[in-house]
Amino acid sequence: MQNKVLIDLQNERLLLTFEGELTLYTIPEVENRLQEIKNKIFNSVILDCTGLASLDTAGAIFLYDFQKKFQNKNIEVKLLLQEANHQETFLLVQKNIAHSRDFQPAKRKFFLENIGEVFYNYYKGFLSFLYFFGQLFASNMRYITSLKNIRFKEIAFEVNESAIRALGIISLTSFLIGLVVAYQSAYQLKIYGANIFIVDMLGISIFRELAPLITAIVIAGRSGSAYAAQIGAMKITQELDAMKTMGFEPFAFLVLPRIIALVITMPILIFVADIMAIFGGMIVANIDLNITPSLFIDRFNEVIAAKHFYVGIVKGPFFAFLIASIGIYRGLMVKDDTQSIGFNTTKSVVESIFAVIVCDAVFSIAFTNLGI
Amino acid sequence: MAVIKVRDVRTVFGKKIVHDGLDLTINEGEIYGLLGPSGCGKTTLLREMVLLQHISGGTIEVLDKKLNNISESDAQSLRQQWGVLFQFGALFSSLTLKENVALPLVEYTKLSRKMIDDIVKFKINLVGLKPEDANLYPSEISGGMKKKAGLARALAMDPKLLFLDEPTSGLDPISAREFDNLILQLREMLGLTIVMVSHDLESIYNTLDKVAIIDNKKIAYEGTLQGVKEVKSDFIQTFFGRENE
Repeated sequence: MQNKVLIDLQNERLLLTFEGELTLYTIPEVENRLQEIKNKIFNSVILDCTGLASLDTAGAIFLYDFQKKFQNKNIEVKLLLQEANHQETFLLVQKNIAHSRDFQPAKRKFFLENIGEVFYNYYKGFLSFLYFFGQLFASNMRYITSLKNIRFKEIAFEVNESAIRALGIISLTSFLIGLVVAYQSAYQLKIYGANIFIVDMLGISIFRELAPLITAIVIAGRSGSAYAAQIGAMKITQELDAMKTMGFEPFAFLVLPRIIALVITMPILIFVADIMAIFGGMIVANIDLNITPSLFIDRFNEVIAAKHFYVGIVKGPFFAFLIASIGIYRGLMVKDDTQSIGFNTTKSVVESIFAVIVCDAVFSIAFTNLGI
Repeated sequence: MAVIKVRDVRTVFGKKIVHDGLDLTINEGEIYGLLGPSGCGKTTLLREMVLLQHISGGTIEVLDKKLNNISESDAQSLRQQWGVLFQFGALFSSLTLKENVALPLVEYTKLSRKMIDDIVKFKINLVGLKPEDANLYPSEISGGMKKKAGLARALAMDPKLLFLDEPTSGLDPISAREFDNLILQLREMLGLTIVMVSHDLESIYNTLDKVAIIDNKKIAYEGTLQGVKEVKSDFIQTFFGRENE
């Protein structure tokens, strides 16, 4: 059957006959058709729906609204429904709409209010980060009083998970960085005939800055974000709450092992990055500048003092602490919805890389002033 | 008329056999319950019916369409004819309740903004939520409210077929009974066919016309609730047995 609306106007009496289906999909069509009656003058309306084949709740709502519109204009309306289930659908709609109130529009905020809220939230975020540090410190004090309390098994698991499994990617990245840095400077050095100084340059820049930073950035992107996502997911599934009610302090079980694992392994990772980056540089020096590996190592022995190596390694635990604690803090900040996992994971990476670079700058100034 | 036909369905996860030859038929206008002990694959079967999970063997036919190798356009038209309520509501967390319910209407129909608003208002009221709640996000409401909002979303398109996964779990008894009445009412008025997984005995007795009991990878019983106690099955004896004593 075709969906039709017949419009019939006689002596200021309007007869609308609906035929076919009045459902979600046909309402727009019907509404278009009814544009016609806008300009007509009448004082009573009959909505004849006896010929309707099907009526869903959307259709019933449409009829109800339509009827209401006329009633508000003091026009007499009569609705004719034949089939029992159409009548019931209409009654259900009528009963429910009579009970319901209009939606309140969502509150709009003044822009000052928005700015204020943003800053207040930053302030609160800062306070909660301090609170987290305080808690971390307090549980540190409580648990490291005796060796028995340290959870070696978890630490070993985390060492494997977040450091040993990262060895491959760190080796590869730092090897490439060594290669690229050497390659870029080889050209400049050749111009001045200062080929041999590539050893000094690579040794100092890689040991002091490049290797620690590259390692920290890879670990922040790989392990720090994993911490945030893991702990965030545990929070959503209420695992953290379950641990707390059973008396397992999440700080002892989840937080400290991760931080300790990363603090222990970071210097080792930096050491590996040192080796790989220098190795990369050595290859380029051999090919591009004709410095044989044995010459490279001799020169290295001569000019690179051990302190450069130690400066790089010492930064490791500090970077590790920042990355792990920011990752975990962001994990704990996850709220009870899925979006906040993504949000906090991103934040954890951005914030920990930023923190690492700030920390590195502080170290640079301190070491320079100390003459190291 | 059969709305859903399940024939000889097998489901295997790795080495674990979940279903080994299930047969059942759900007729139009029925409220059909899938019952069984935990882990028997009730929810898995429900997921298979709504194209969330592939079956390892056999056939499922929903509204005269075979789900094995179904074409994408057929699948889409099926998806507009059914509504699914997940156990925990599964509302989209980036949208408010109102937007959650309105989403299928906005995506699939050409209705005007105002009409959609009216329909959403009606559905929200129908499931027993207040208009004030409509602007809240899913993270701001309780589990029961999420469930009601999930039902409102499932009903948004006036589906012919409604799938409910544990609809009354997590609701207080009053809301649960209201939910039962609502389901009965909807079936009466909209001619819905409802398939549900439930553990709530009272809800089972209030609403279900027919049940299928899955136990030990097979259908242990299919039919009306009256006949269920005759069946020899540990699960049925312990689950329905209490009523006899």
